Amino acid sequence: MSGPVSSAYLDHSASTLMRPEAFEAMVPWLTDRPANPSGAHRLAREARRAIDDAREIMAVALGAQPGEIVFTSGGTEADNLAVFGVHDRRGGVVVCAATEHHAVLEPTQSAGGRVVAVDGRGVIDLAALAGALDDEVTLVSVMVANNEVGTVQPMAEVVEIVRRLAPAATIHSDAVQALTWLDVAALTAGADLVSVSAHKFGGPKGVGALVVRDGTALAARQIGGGQERERRSGTQNVGGIVAMAVAAEAAVATRSATVERVARLRDRLADGLLAAIPGAIETGISAGDRSQRIAGTCHLCLADVESEALLFLLEEAGISASAAASCASGAMEPSHVLAAMGIPRDLAFGSLRLTLGWSSTDADVDLALAVIPAAAAQLRAYATPAEVSP
Amino acid sequence: MAMSGGVDSSVAAALLLEGGHDVTGVTMKLWGGASDQGCCSVADVDDARRVAQELDIQHLVFNFGDDFTTHVVDPYVAAHAAGATPNPCIECNRHLKFDRLVRRADSLGFDAIATGHHARVVTGPDGTHRIARGADAAKDQSYVLHMLGADLLDRVLLPVGTMTKDAVRAHATRLGLRTAAKPDSQDVCFITATGGRRTFLGERIALHPGRLVDTSGVDVGRVDAVELVTIGQRKGLGLAGDAAPRYAVAVDARAGVVTVGSAADLLAIDVVVGDLAWSGKAPPAGVELLAQTSAHGVARPMVLTSATDDGTVTGRWSEGPQRRVAPGQSVAFYDGDVVLGGGIAR
Repeated sequence: MSGPVSSAYLDHSASTLMRPEAFEAMVPWLTDRPANPSGAHRLAREARRAIDDAREIMAVALGAQPGEIVFTSGGTEADNLAVFGVHDRRGGVVVCAATEHHAVLEPTQSAGGRVVAVDGRGVIDLAALAGALDDEVTLVSVMVANNEVGTVQPMAEVVEIVRRLAPAATIHSDAVQALTWLDVAALTAGADLVSVSAHKFGGPKGVGALVVRDGTALAARQIGGGQERERRSGTQNVGGIVAMAVAAEAAVATRSATVERVARLRDRLADGLLAAIPGAIETGISAGDRSQRIAGTCHLCLADVESEALLFLLEEAGISASAAASCASGAMEPSHVLAAMGIPRDLAFGSLRLTLGWSSTDADVDLALAVIPAAAAQLRAYATPAEVSP
Repeated sequence: MAMSGGVDSSVAAALLLEGGHDVTGVTMKLWGGASDQGCCSVADVDDARRVAQELDIQHLVFNFGDDFTTHVVDPYVAAHAAGATPNPCIECNRHLKFDRLVRRADSLGFDAIATGHHARVVTGPDGTHRIARGADAAKDQSYVLHMLGADLLDRVLLPVGTMTKDAVRAHATRLGLRTAAKPDSQDVCFITATGGRRTFLGERIALHPGRLVDTSGVDVGRVDAVELVTIGQRKGLGLAGDAAPRYAVAVDARAGVVTVGSAADLLAIDVVVGDLAWSGKAPPAGVELLAQTSAHGVARPMVLTSATDDGTVTGRWSEGPQRRVAPGQSVAFYDGDVVLGGGIAR
């Protein structure tokens, strides 16, 4: 089928556009600067210095000390290092929220941990969290902002409860979706471990970081040359790290302006779709209160519409969007996040995640508003009762 | 274009492109459990996607796992629990490829659906479409498509049905498709080679030991799972030492009794067939047609009675008694090479 004339990228939570300044900063390290930062010559020292500079920038962006920044291959490695790193060292019980990313949820479950319920908005049930805490708990992991629906967790309250009821527990927070939208340094000030991933805020894929506060007991998962102060081995991705720091700096510097601008776009998008699609539900939002959401996320559930089919029609019309996380084969799987929020399975099959980013424009929203209601109507015309309520 | 990741659907997609069609490849994700073959594994989806990329067509993956469980796996398990021998591939064609996927394609604005089956769509004397045997008799799959109605066949394309398997592979090789030498899929996609039927069913239903009796009701042995015995089965009954071969000729799962008998006891002159589906109008009673009772079986002449109140027909073999058809197996009816319809043996 021929490609559409106009297009709108509405999948920034999956991966956002690289910021031009981050790309510029990365290129020299991919071309004429080959050295390994652990080397002994001048070129190596240049690479080393670039990483050291980047570490300082990341520390400022994340409210940490430079020595507390551990560079990783991305968010999943950072999350795995946090959960397994603490569990391997200290044993005990890991606790996480039901809506955590699989990169936290799977390690938690594999360590035999406890999963804490969330409410209909996706906010962690603080009473349930309190109930899950005892002296055996060594790690509590609660994300700053959710990757599917964008729910922001009350980190200060989480930290207060954990410190009170499980004072020996380490606190991890997955901030992978947060840096573009939220003051991560402030929100995670009480956490011991914080994960970020560069490609979610304008850096490249394949690089991330874990903040490991001084004094946090953590076993390395990837061992070898000990490059990241024995907490993570492997030659650093110099260009990626440099670009990540530039992107982080830009994200933090432009954050308030981005949030203000994109929230307006998102509200126009969400309100427009809710008005134009009969029966559309803004997932986990009641009375239009989006205060618990990051500014870029619009998540809808459309009864009698199947996401897989809808996404194809959107793609044909130039819109890149998503429903939920994808499995290895590319097929859509029912979302554990929506299930945890109490969304019925058949409604969850009609989920639509539209995520805006730092580069989103009014034209993106215009196209989405022009295309999505008609696509939903087309599919509803074909929906059979069996599909509506299996 | 339904693409399983095998050579037939790869070549079918290429042929459609060569014919000037606007082609989108689709792989159905049907089974979330353990699978080491068939169209459900990640490796097969990878193959389908890579072939689509090589052909420069779009490739989508649709998750129809819930439908597959409801329409294929659950009935498969229930049939075994009742002592029948289901054919899940036929139910997958009936409910998934040629219903769920067709409805999805309709809703997305596609005007035809294609698969890599070795069968042909032909036009009958009345102008309606029918399934007919594929050009490669050894690979013919018309039997597993017997339930497709004429209305649906108006928009079904089977591009490799006019080719031999060798020609399909040669075409794939010529195009440099990665699936050119890929072995054919075998058996049921959701049953693993290592675990087999016993493990799969054992995890889902209670398997009961049963008595083996001869045709006069005398105990002759035991089986450890009545639900796994198929009519016509000879091996695995613990009767290998007998002078004459003995076969399972009846399975009563509820009573836990398997009746064994000689090759002659396995024969029956009549077959009762229910769940009938005809491509066009049901043929009039008394007309002789051909009936095929397994995927690679031989079609033999049969005369059908008229349908009874419970929707079944009884077929009488024209050439005398034939090997009994296990309840649950499909029976496809042909006029020459053309499929008239079929149903499920009772």
